[in-house]
Amino acid sequence: MAALLHYYAHPGQRFSQVNSAMWRAAQTVEAITSVDLYRDYPRHIIDVGHEQRLIADHDAVLLQFPLFWYSSPSLLKEWIDLVFADGFAYGEGGDKLRGKRMMLAVTASASQQAYSPEGYQHYPLRTFLTPFEQTARLSMMRFGAPYVMFEALKAAPGAHAAGFARLLTAIRDDHFDWDRAEQAEILTHDTLPLTEKA
Amino acid sequence: MTTDFLLLAFILLGAGAVAVPIATRLGLGSVLGYLIAGIVISPILAALHVDVVAIQHFAEFGVVMMLFLVGLELQPRTLWEMRGRLLGLGGLQVLGTTAIVTAAAIALGQPWTVALAIGLVLSLSSTAIVLQTLNEKGLMRSDGGQASFSVLLFQDIAVIPMLALIPLLAMPELAQEAASHVADTEEHDAGLSLVAGLPGWQAALVTIAAIASVVAGGIYLTRPVFRYIAMANLRELFVATALLFIVGIALLMSLVGLSPALGTFIAGVVLANSEYRHELESDINPFRGLLLGLFFMTVGAGINFVLLSENPFSIIGMTLGLMVIKATVLMALAWIFRLRGADKWLFSLGLAQAGEFGFVLLSFTVANFVMPEAVADRLSLIVALSMLLTPLLFILFERVILPRFDGKNAREADEIDSKGQIIVAGIGRFGGVVNRMLLAAGYETTVLDYSASQLETLRAFDVRVFYGDATRADLLEAAGIAEARMLVIAIDQREATTELVRHVTSTYPHVYVIARAMDRHHVYELWAAGCRDIIRDTFDSSVRAGRSAYEALGIHPYEAERLARIYVDDDRHLLREMADLYDPEVPTHLNEPYVKRARELSAERMEAMAKGGGAFRDRAHSAWLRPSEQDRAATEERQD
Repeated sequence: MAALLHYYAHPGQRFSQVNSAMWRAAQTVEAITSVDLYRDYPRHIIDVGHEQRLIADHDAVLLQFPLFWYSSPSLLKEWIDLVFADGFAYGEGGDKLRGKRMMLAVTASASQQAYSPEGYQHYPLRTFLTPFEQTARLSMMRFGAPYVMFEALKAAPGAHAAGFARLLTAIRDDHFDWDRAEQAEILTHDTLPLTEKA
Repeated sequence: MTTDFLLLAFILLGAGAVAVPIATRLGLGSVLGYLIAGIVISPILAALHVDVVAIQHFAEFGVVMMLFLVGLELQPRTLWEMRGRLLGLGGLQVLGTTAIVTAAAIALGQPWTVALAIGLVLSLSSTAIVLQTLNEKGLMRSDGGQASFSVLLFQDIAVIPMLALIPLLAMPELAQEAASHVADTEEHDAGLSLVAGLPGWQAALVTIAAIASVVAGGIYLTRPVFRYIAMANLRELFVATALLFIVGIALLMSLVGLSPALGTFIAGVVLANSEYRHELESDINPFRGLLLGLFFMTVGAGINFVLLSENPFSIIGMTLGLMVIKATVLMALAWIFRLRGADKWLFSLGLAQAGEFGFVLLSFTVANFVMPEAVADRLSLIVALSMLLTPLLFILFERVILPRFDGKNAREADEIDSKGQIIVAGIGRFGGVVNRMLLAAGYETTVLDYSASQLETLRAFDVRVFYGDATRADLLEAAGIAEARMLVIAIDQREATTELVRHVTSTYPHVYVIARAMDRHHVYELWAAGCRDIIRDTFDSSVRAGRSAYEALGIHPYEAERLARIYVDDDRHLLREMADLYDPEVPTHLNEPYVKRARELSAERMEAMAKGGGAFRDRAHSAWLRPSEQDRAATEERQD
């Protein structure tokens, strides 16, 4: 059993299809910790001590958010800025995250083809996520490939949400193959790297 | 008798009312105005056989009050911080000037005792003229102004040992000469003494006990007494008590043969930290002003023009000589204490006159047989003339010297000004929070409240509060509104708040005003009165309650937060728009543009409600994501 900490950051949940479905699916997974950041900090004032204790008590951190202008919603950035502090995540004595895992679950409105040198987004999706990857690296965390859904405003969310629940369960039960996840470019509901037992 | 008194009062008040505004407008300062008024009315007073000296003795009580007020301004800590300049500059000024003037007087043929008395009398400068002028011209906070204040303060304190020293200089022949015809008056004085006839050590004990009782009374007795009086909530009663307090101290000091000014000065310092400080200051200040004005008028009226016309050259020569000596000593001190540029000149020229304490000391020297009356009369004339010349020196400084230094002074003064204080009016639940927040962030505040019981409670929790009604202009003045940076008005009375805003924004436009409004219409009133930072006292808590309701209804907390913010924005916008149309002179329902716009807005709102929230909802809905087709369909469904 791995202690999994699931963060959800979405300021406009009223309009969310896929992310809401993912959040609802996550609620069905028992024995993981799920946090709705915008619910806990509607006024953007983050309890840094509480958040750091929470991360310290878990083995893996999964950040779920829609991609806004090639980055996360602003509260999640604020959360990283404050929680991944000197002396906690990096710097002198900053080894509190060593050996833990980080993973992203993002939704993007453009198609996968758009995220390529020929597409109108010009770069592969992973390029835009390098700040998170390097944040994990500097904090001595292992970074798995992101769990992605493209064209999130058009497609039906059912399969992706169900896959998300399977992903969370697998991580919780140590049936998730982190080595393969680190090798992959992106993960989708039908390419989850699960071990035999799952 | 009554007619005589009324006539005299009419003449004195009338002369002041006519002369002072003219003098002030000409930039000569109020003191010179009073002096000139006195000179002008002196023939009338002489014709009416008015005893000017008797009035002057009565008016000298203004000096006693002034020292009380000087003491009130002077917290023991401030006194301690100033000690270097106070003792160095002040001490050397008094010693140096006394020595040179004494030597000059001996050279002019006076016996050494008289010469020393002359030196002491003339070493003092005029606190009233200099402080008044520095304040009027905004030079108080410059380095030169601060140095001047240190010297004046030292002089005010130095008067006390001088009063003790001067009787020792008494000339036996003068005393004997006077003894015969003064005997009966002396009996009157002696009848009211606690120390007469006591052996030296007992007299000393009684004297020390009297001072100790002033200090102890100031520390332990004033608070319960003033609190008891404040409970009655009658302003005149408080004024009467404050006067009683000062008169009582002056009386006690006179009884033990000490200067009443010393007693009230000590009482002032003791009360400098008291919560009743500003109230006392504003209550005593008008009396001090009136009495000092009267005092200056009697000085002017007492100028002996016969004496001046008899030997004009020697008197005027000695006056100028005195001022040159004083200015030279000050210049040397300014050099030693590294005053620079224009400050050096301000300090030297500003303090080059003899002062009002000179008159007090002169009458004291004559009464103690230290100096023949003829000499004292001449000195009085010199003191008065030097005071008359002082405003001219200030004008010289302002017009000729200051421009040469390229306005350097003014800029330095501004920097110091920027750390002005914050006044919080009213320390109930509203003002209390504001005050605690300011203190928590390391700002210093002056808190005013007129509830004596509230005061007592807060003092118990170490909150520094001053007793007094902040809506009174004089109290606000005493609390330092003229130098303040910000005023927070958190009092309960609606009308009084508006009046206070109007007064402060028009009289002290540099003070930032934050006012508490009771409701929407009060906001308009405050806006019209000139306040630009208005806080409705229950609005923010109501919005939070509304937000809690949203959350409890299942709206996501972040959504609830956004809705609340949009509501606040909309409401503020509305308020701002209506505030411009509001006219305090016209009742709202007769104000046509106001009524028209209010109707329009109300109609807009009704229409929006009918469409399910209208603009409010549209703004709330424009979020980070473009709504999908399904979202739009779902929203429309909900609205139908």
